[in-house]
Amino acid sequence: MAVKVIDAKCKGCTKCVKACPFDAITMQGKLADIGPSCTNCGACIEVCPFDAIVKEDEGKKGVDISLYHDVWVFAEQRDGELMGVSIELLGEGKRLADEIGCKVCAILCGENVDHLVDELYEYGAEIVYYANAPELKSYNTDAYTKVIYEAIVTYKPEIVLLGATHIGRDLGPCIAVKCGTGLTADCTKLDIDPADKKLMQTRPAFGGNLMATILCPNHRPQMSTVRPGVMSKPERNPGAKGELVKLEPAFKEGDIRMQVLEVVKALTEKVSLTDARVIVSGGAGLGNPEGFELLKKLADRLGGVVGASRAAVDAGWIDHSHQVGQTGTTVKPDLYIACGISGAIQHLAGMQTSKLIIAINKNEDAPIFEVADYGIVGDLYKVIPALLEAIG
Amino acid sequence: MKIIVCAKQVPDTNEVRIDPVKGTLIRDGVPSILNPDDANALEAALQLKDQYPGTTVSVVSMGPGQASYMLRECLAMGADEAVLLSSRAFGGADTCATSTTLAAGIRKLGKYDIIFAGRQAIDGDTAQVGPQTAQRLGIPSVTYVQKIREIKEGSVVVERALEDGYEVIEVKTPCLLTAVKELNEPRYMTVSQIEEAYKKEIIVWNENDVNLAPEDCGLKASPTQVFRSFTPEPKGKGEMLTGTVNEMVSALVAKLTEKHVL
Repeated sequence: MAVKVIDAKCKGCTKCVKACPFDAITMQGKLADIGPSCTNCGACIEVCPFDAIVKEDEGKKGVDISLYHDVWVFAEQRDGELMGVSIELLGEGKRLADEIGCKVCAILCGENVDHLVDELYEYGAEIVYYANAPELKSYNTDAYTKVIYEAIVTYKPEIVLLGATHIGRDLGPCIAVKCGTGLTADCTKLDIDPADKKLMQTRPAFGGNLMATILCPNHRPQMSTVRPGVMSKPERNPGAKGELVKLEPAFKEGDIRMQVLEVVKALTEKVSLTDARVIVSGGAGLGNPEGFELLKKLADRLGGVVGASRAAVDAGWIDHSHQVGQTGTTVKPDLYIACGISGAIQHLAGMQTSKLIIAINKNEDAPIFEVADYGIVGDLYKVIPALLEAIG
Repeated sequence: MKIIVCAKQVPDTNEVRIDPVKGTLIRDGVPSILNPDDANALEAALQLKDQYPGTTVSVVSMGPGQASYMLRECLAMGADEAVLLSSRAFGGADTCATSTTLAAGIRKLGKYDIIFAGRQAIDGDTAQVGPQTAQRLGIPSVTYVQKIREIKEGSVVVERALEDGYEVIEVKTPCLLTAVKELNEPRYMTVSQIEEAYKKEIIVWNENDVNLAPEDCGLKASPTQVFRSFTPEPKGKGEMLTGTVNEMVSALVAKLTEKHVL
């Protein structure tokens, strides 16, 4: 069932616009128009004095997909700095746009973050849609959802990509429902079907035991979130320019129902696993929390950081922020050294695309050796000191 | 207060069986549990019930008939009522269609102050159904809630976890909050509660009961479709180094130097 306006009966009184709890109705000239955020709740039917709105059966579901063009990347910024995943997505977005034959664009929300517009051009954005307002200074679910939803309705992108950060995974579902479209979470691979140019979204499920390729055939935009660290960052092209489209965000009473009172940064040292070139990870095989001190020495020597398996985190040996894997961070460093990690599928899902993997484990049957480029069966408390000595 | 908790029954194991024809999951025969994050959502609701006399907690779930076992567990933990949205028409739903059905069930339950949901389910890991349900109900949502600081008149103050810290958010009620495991430690059932739970009825509603047309539910109302499912191919096995510790380490250093990693 869908709610529809009978144009011949609509007198343009705008009562339905005010009555809609979802801001789904706008005036197109003198006629009411029901947009994609309609939930078929029927509030408008009750208030219409002219019986001009009805609920009726609709045939094929979906939208006219030919109206939708271009690939958009949500340019997530925190404190005026672009998140790495947004840059990665510009590279991926460009690749997809080239295959479709369209443009890659960025949508940026913030307050006075003009300096990021040039950065987005330099990482490949051909158009930057920029919403500048005090309400958008830091992330706010209601404010960001409203602005981006309105931009999507106006400019009609065919693909929208977001980083699967705590912010992207909050924003994506809200926008998708308002647009009446689908969203595929935590994609690890994106492709364009050469035949019909549709987006093929591949993601792990069941802790990485199963991969699924998802399509969104009849609804637009096709939306995906992608985990940080999965795609490669594109080269920066200094001085590159593009087109700026300024959005004009406007908020009225009741649009923003939540307020961020305070942002607290973690006291523990920030571990940037996603940006690390080298990661030395420890698991249950360490046997005690002190083992991580040895790993830290090796990580420091190699210019890397310390990671951990879920077993080590659950044992309370190290903070959760170090966790690599399906429920932790997905990483893709140049070098990953797994020490005393047996290699549960959830852990492998988070690190197996590392360029070079070294596994050190006492148990020669440990699954970690299945993905390792070099395996050493032995006691890590003997192997790592020897390794430290050998590399000086 | 009136609190609603969204819960999902999920397979307990990582053993996945797939229907080779449809490419969908076969859930029969796999032991099932209350999704872990949803247990935190229920615990948060029960703690408010302990704190505020007169509070009621209703649990709502969409799933097959066997999900009533999970709902009975929720009753035994202390929920007042449990509703199972179950129908053939709900089958094959993606997150978008699931949120439509849950929202319809919640509307039928009447007025509420707070809805709790788990951040994500361990079978799909999407973290979408919570915020999507809130959008459909036209209420604000806060995801990744790690602490409830204060219940005020007309709003709640919560901590929302970020990758590198957290933010303190005040959100107007009614609202939907999604729980992470740091929020609390779910309670155990007691024997007397289990006995009580078996005296209660699990309410079962289909699409007609919640005023949804069959075409607004399940596979038909799902914008996303599974094109194919497959098990990932393991990366080719590498080289096992041999010899004494020193020999293996020297060989490794030589390989790394050769590849310019060192």
